[in-house]
This record gives sequence, C-alpha cells and structure tokens, in this order.
Amino acid sequence: MFQRTFKGGAHPPEWKHLTESKPIEDLEIPKRVVVPLQQHLGAPSEAIVQKGDEVKTGQPVSEAKGFVSVPSHASITGKVTAVEPMPHPLGSKAVSVVIEGDGIDVWDEGVRPVENVDQLETKQLCEMIQQAGLAGMGGAAFPTHVKLSPPPEKSIEIAILNGAECEPYLTSDHRLMLEQPEEILYGFRLIMRILGVRRGIIAIEANKPDAVRVLASHVKDVKNVSLVKLPVKYPQGAEKQLIKSLTGREVPPGGLPMDVACLVHNVGTAKAIHDAVTQRKPIVERIVTVTGPGVTEPKNLRVRIGTLFSELITACGGYRGEVGKLVMGGPMMGLAQDRDDVPVIKGTSGILVVDERSASIGSALSCISCARCVDACPMKLVPTVLGKLVEKKRFEEAKASGVQDCIECGCCAFVCPSKINLVHAFKYGKAEIVAMERVTG
Amino acid sequence: MREDEKKSPQSELDFEGKRASEEIKAEAKAKVEEDVEAKPGLLFVSASPHIRDDVSVPRIMYSVVIALLPALIGAVYFFGARALWLILIAVVTSVVAEALMQKVMHRPITVSDGSAIITGMLLSFNLPGGVPMWMPIVGSVFAIAIGKMVFGGLGYNPLNPALLGRAFLLASWPAHMTTDWTPTITGTMTGFDTVTKATPLGVLQEAHRILADPAATVEKMAQAKEAIEHLSTTYGNLFWGNVSGCIGETSVILLLLGAGYLLYKKFIDWRIPLFYIATVALLTWILGGTGGAFSGDPLFHILAGGLILGAFFMATDMVTTPVTVKGRYIFGLGCGVLTVVIRLWGGYPEGVSYSILFMNAFTPLIDRWTKPRRFGA
Repeated sequence: MFQRTFKGGAHPPEWKHLTESKPIEDLEIPKRVVVPLQQHLGAPSEAIVQKGDEVKTGQPVSEAKGFVSVPSHASITGKVTAVEPMPHPLGSKAVSVVIEGDGIDVWDEGVRPVENVDQLETKQLCEMIQQAGLAGMGGAAFPTHVKLSPPPEKSIEIAILNGAECEPYLTSDHRLMLEQPEEILYGFRLIMRILGVRRGIIAIEANKPDAVRVLASHVKDVKNVSLVKLPVKYPQGAEKQLIKSLTGREVPPGGLPMDVACLVHNVGTAKAIHDAVTQRKPIVERIVTVTGPGVTEPKNLRVRIGTLFSELITACGGYRGEVGKLVMGGPMMGLAQDRDDVPVIKGTSGILVVDERSASIGSALSCISCARCVDACPMKLVPTVLGKLVEKKRFEEAKASGVQDCIECGCCAFVCPSKINLVHAFKYGKAEIVAMERVTG
Repeated sequence: MREDEKKSPQSELDFEGKRASEEIKAEAKAKVEEDVEAKPGLLFVSASPHIRDDVSVPRIMYSVVIALLPALIGAVYFFGARALWLILIAVVTSVVAEALMQKVMHRPITVSDGSAIITGMLLSFNLPGGVPMWMPIVGSVFAIAIGKMVFGGLGYNPLNPALLGRAFLLASWPAHMTTDWTPTITGTMTGFDTVTKATPLGVLQEAHRILADPAATVEKMAQAKEAIEHLSTTYGNLFWGNVSGCIGETSVILLLLGAGYLLYKKFIDWRIPLFYIATVALLTWILGGTGGAFSGDPLFHILAGGLILGAFFMATDMVTTPVTVKGRYIFGLGCGVLTVVIRLWGGYPEGVSYSILFMNAFTPLIDRWTKPRRFGA
C-alpha cells in the first residue's frame, strides 16, 4: 500500500538487532544515586531535602518552580549525603541530590493505587502528572503536563502515540511496547481523555513487526484509536516529520504540533502517565538501551534514575576495547559524554558506546556541492549553503535562510561525503543568533 | 544574500573564506587538544551525528572513473591505440598538474581523491581522434590550473574544468579541434559514408547550410537532401559508436552503461540528464527539420554528437550544477535549449560543451532563485 511520508531523510544502518530481542532486565538497585534537580526542559526544580535527611523511594526531593517545571524524586531509599553540583549528562554540572542507600527499597506512602481514576477531572489528572515529575521520555524531556494543557484557543484533534523509535541502535521503546502494551495503551487513552480528542493514532516503524502485531491486537476493539505502520526512514519519529507522515499537515516554522491540532507523546511517556495516574508512581526508573560496538554485552535495562552510566556499562560486561565515544541517546542525535560518572536522567533512552574507528571524525574536505544534504534534509533546508553562511559568521543570512528550523536530526552530516560537521555548525549558528538577539533585543 | 559565493568567480572571497575556516578549524583543534591535555582521562566528544555514511568524496569520484571505463574501452575499440594515448596523456597531465599546483600553493596534496583523473578523462573524451599529442597536455594543464586550482581547488570551481579546457583548445586551435576527425576502425566517418571528412552533426550542418543557400545548385541541393536522409539510416552506428566524433562521445550504449551505474549508486541525479535530453529531443523535433515544424529528427539529435556524454557526465558534475531540486530541472532545460540553438543556428555543428559551461555560470543564480519552500512555511 502506498504510504505517505515526509520528504528527505536518510537510511543509517539500524543496528537494532544487538538488543531488540533482549527482554528488559531489572538492574540491581544501586547503592548510590545522583538525582539532578533539572532533568527536563524549563525551570529547574527546587530542593526540599537537605544533607542528612532520610528519604524513601518515590518521595519528592524537590518541587516544581513554576508551571513549566517538574519535581525530581528519590529513586532509592536511603540518606541524602549531598545537595550540590554534580556532573550532568547534558553538560557541565547541575545541582543534584545524592542519596546513599542501604539496599532496602521502601516506597513512599504517597505511592499507592488510585481507586477513582474515572471520576478524576482533567485538572486533577494534570496535577498528578506534574507531581509525578513527568517529562517526555523520548529524549527532549519537555514537561508532560504542559503539553497536556494547551491554551484554550488551540483545539487538538489528533493525539499521536510515538513508537517510531527511528534512532539506530535504540530498542527501549520497542521492548516496552512488547512487554507492557496495556499500560501504554491505558496511558494513551488517558492522554486522549485529558485533551478531549476523538482520534488517536499509534505510529510504529515497520522494522518492529512484533510490536506492531502486539499493539494491533490490543487496539483491535478500541474505538477511535488506529495503528499505522510507518516506512523505515530516519527521522520518522521526529515530531514534525511524524505528523506530516500521518496527517499530511506541516507544523509551521517556529510552531508547535498544536498549531496543526496535533499532539505527540512517546510510548514511554504514555506508560509513565499510566503509572502516575493509577498508582501515583513518580518517575524513579526508566528503560535504557545500553549498546554499541564498544559494549561487551548490549542489553535493555530498567534502571533507577540517578544510576551512573558506569554502573550500567558494568552490568553489560564492561567496555569492549578502547572507548571511542560515549553517547547518551542514539548515534544520530545523542550527546557525547566526556565522562561516564554521569547519572541516568528521565530522558536517557540509551547509552551508546562507539569504538575508536567509528568515533574518528576525520578531517572534513571542502564541499563539492553534491546536494546529498539538500535531498536528505527533512526540513527542506539547504544545509550546504547554511553551513557556509555559519562558517563565514553571516548569522543574519543564516537566520533568513532558516537555520533555526533545523531539528538537528543529523541527516545532512550523515550523508555528507566530505564529512563536514554540519550539525555542529548549525548548533553554533543557532546559539550565536540567540545571543545576538538577546543583545539587540 | 551571498549564499552563492561557493561558485562565485570572485576567487578572492573564496580564498578568504577558505583561509578563515582553516584558521578557525586549527584554533578549535588546538583548543580541544589543550583541554584534553589539561584534563586527562576525559573521553572524546564531538557534535552529533556519531555515525557517518561510508560514501566519501573519493568513493564518488572513483565511481565516476569506473562509469567512464566502458566508454574508454569503446574509444580505443573505435579509434585505436591513439585514443588510448590521448586519454592516458590527459589523465597523467591532469594529476601531475594538480599535484604541482597544490605544492606551489602550499596546500595539501589531494590528487588521490580522483577528481583530477575525471577531468583528464573527460577532457580527452572531448578531443577528435587526430589531434596532435600536445593538445591533451595543454588542455589538461589549462583545465586544472585555470579551471580549478585558481579558484581554490575541488569544490570551488564555478565552471566544469574539463569543458573549460576543451573550450580553450577550441578557441585557440580551432582547425585541429574541428577537422582532425578520424574514421573508426571499420573505416566509417558518418556511419554511411567514408568519403566525407566530417562527423554526422557536421554533415547535417553542411546540408542545412546548402539548403538554406539561395545560390546553391540544384545538384548540390539534391545531394544535401540525400545526405540528410542517409543520416536517418545510421541510428545503429550512432548507438554503438561506429561513427567519427570526439573519441569518448560516440558510443551511446557504452556511455549509458556507465550512466546507469551512477544512477543506480545515486551519484548522479536523473533530473538534469532527463530534462536536458528531453528538451533537445522536443526542440529538434519541432524546429530541426527542413520540411517545416515537427519535421526534425529528434532521435538523430539524441544519438549524435556529445549529448549523451554531456548530459550524463558533465551536466551532472556536482560542483558546478545547482544543489536545489528545482534548480536541476532548470539547469537541464537550459542546457537543452542552448544546445539546440547552437546546433541549429550557431557557428558550430555541436553545442553541448558551450551550453553546459554557459549554464554553469548561471548555477549560483539558479540556486538562489530556487530555494526550496521550507517545511511548514
């Protein structure tokens, strides 16, 4: 059947076979966790515990600062040993609550089954979701309750459940769909209820036929929810490209999905919404795919938030060979880490270790105008021209040519035969434009 | 708005840009090394993506070389060992000239990327079989030095270097370039005739000239008409390459073989060749005949001359053609119109190389006019 899709994109090697058939394993509860107060986009939360306090699993250790903010929670039971800046996977250091545990996992009294979910009002549901510290589990970590509270002038018609997982190597969403489809679907129907939408679409890339089958059998009798198998193409799971593929609508530059009456949530977020609403269970754990040629035994792990990357690597048999690059997330958009004692945060969908050979970036040759980047750009930009504008520091022109539309998916740099670091240039260019506007504005 | 600068003939800007970018890179590298040195034990970081496609510039270039090999073999088959010498001389000269220029300009020696080999091959493919052996040398040196290196090397040249080299030879030694045709091994010049000392397109042009000349004798006009009719009987020879012409342009089948490989590998875009050839076919059909509109012979115009070589191997040169999708249609269309204008009404029987060079010059403008509509805009 003819399947509508977005223009552009690339076909990086998938490498999902390393972990896609490996069931999620529970990592042993760590003795020590580092829980950053900011794991989401928006204002950092404020600590409400001090050094020396005893905390239980699931107990909030901070409170949201304003609407676009969510609290963090103790992910183990134990004693707070520090509230201070610690290494953070998003770069540099961030204030974190360090908890040392005694191995006993006692849950906070607040975490208990909720009886009357059906009678709860939208506002109450959103509050529960915020209190549970929900931020998008797909990676960007935008506070979930904010997405679920669109301004009244924006009506949402279609809720989309994103199970595309288009990043190579990553399989955490895939495994979650296979192992906990009911919770995911429950969460998705809550999303639809909160938004008052009558149409829900579950979108999965065709390279996960088993997940498609499992979810299809669950939505068979569900009214208003359909399942779409998407062609395998990166970045199929990027919000704007996903909406385009499913509905033909294009989110305008600088706009949000709600501008085209859509809302996209990741399958992991839907599962977390289920937990938050039915059990008042905050985000204290998540599923992380630990993978790549530099890992001895790649795995899908369910780990407590705040567990250090190094512990996950150890649980996977340690590094194999020299570490080329340690990346949080997938190979196309993930963030390279300069150390492995950073904690797992809510947006850590994967930890990828690439070997030295794939990490060597080589020296970039000059652009031969082959236009492969132009054909690959899913935002229909002209990366080669943008790259040159940024290189020559002509930021005004780069802005006029749409550099801020760039979603940093990495397609252009991936296909570039001259190995030019285009995404690097665009990140730099965007930051310069923001700085420029701050000065002039 | 000067996003076209990469192709701007103002080489000074390019040099500045290049130098600036190299300095920035060197500084950044020094800083990275300093940081790493300052904090031992830290892992290597760089911006995403962390994996790259294995298609590289050398791989693209050597694929083009491979794609030109069938036509090279054809050139030797139809025009003998002399053709092989012309090609070898051009390739060696191009590579040596590029290496020397890079040495003189204190730049890294990058001849191993294969682009100079392509320039040499294409230049020699565009020479008649009988030109003296110094011509590929002069042409290659001009192509590399003036066509490519003065602009900053691969990626910065606004015009196709091989075509510029050919244009230089044609302008400087027109007699050699327009009369040194040699018959094929089987002894044919036009596919039906061994007496004429011209290529099929040359015969056509001469016939049209006679027919348009009011002073021509009845006998001459009858001969001209006969020649035109004969040309239409020689499709087979044109297709296989058994006619006189530039050594690498005659065999349509062997060129298409290579072109198919590049299309399959997605190293050339189908839009430019398709629009180029379709435009030539349409316009020659409408305007190219002697019996009024729609009496032309489009198939002859597609098969004869350098259209196939030009459309698939020179109008698709990445560096000198538009990067935007719409721009590629326009580029192909423009090349087609110009080729037909030169073939039907110009001073030369063939117009492929000048058409492509002319459109190369418009590439920056085309790119600017045809910016794609941004997603959602």
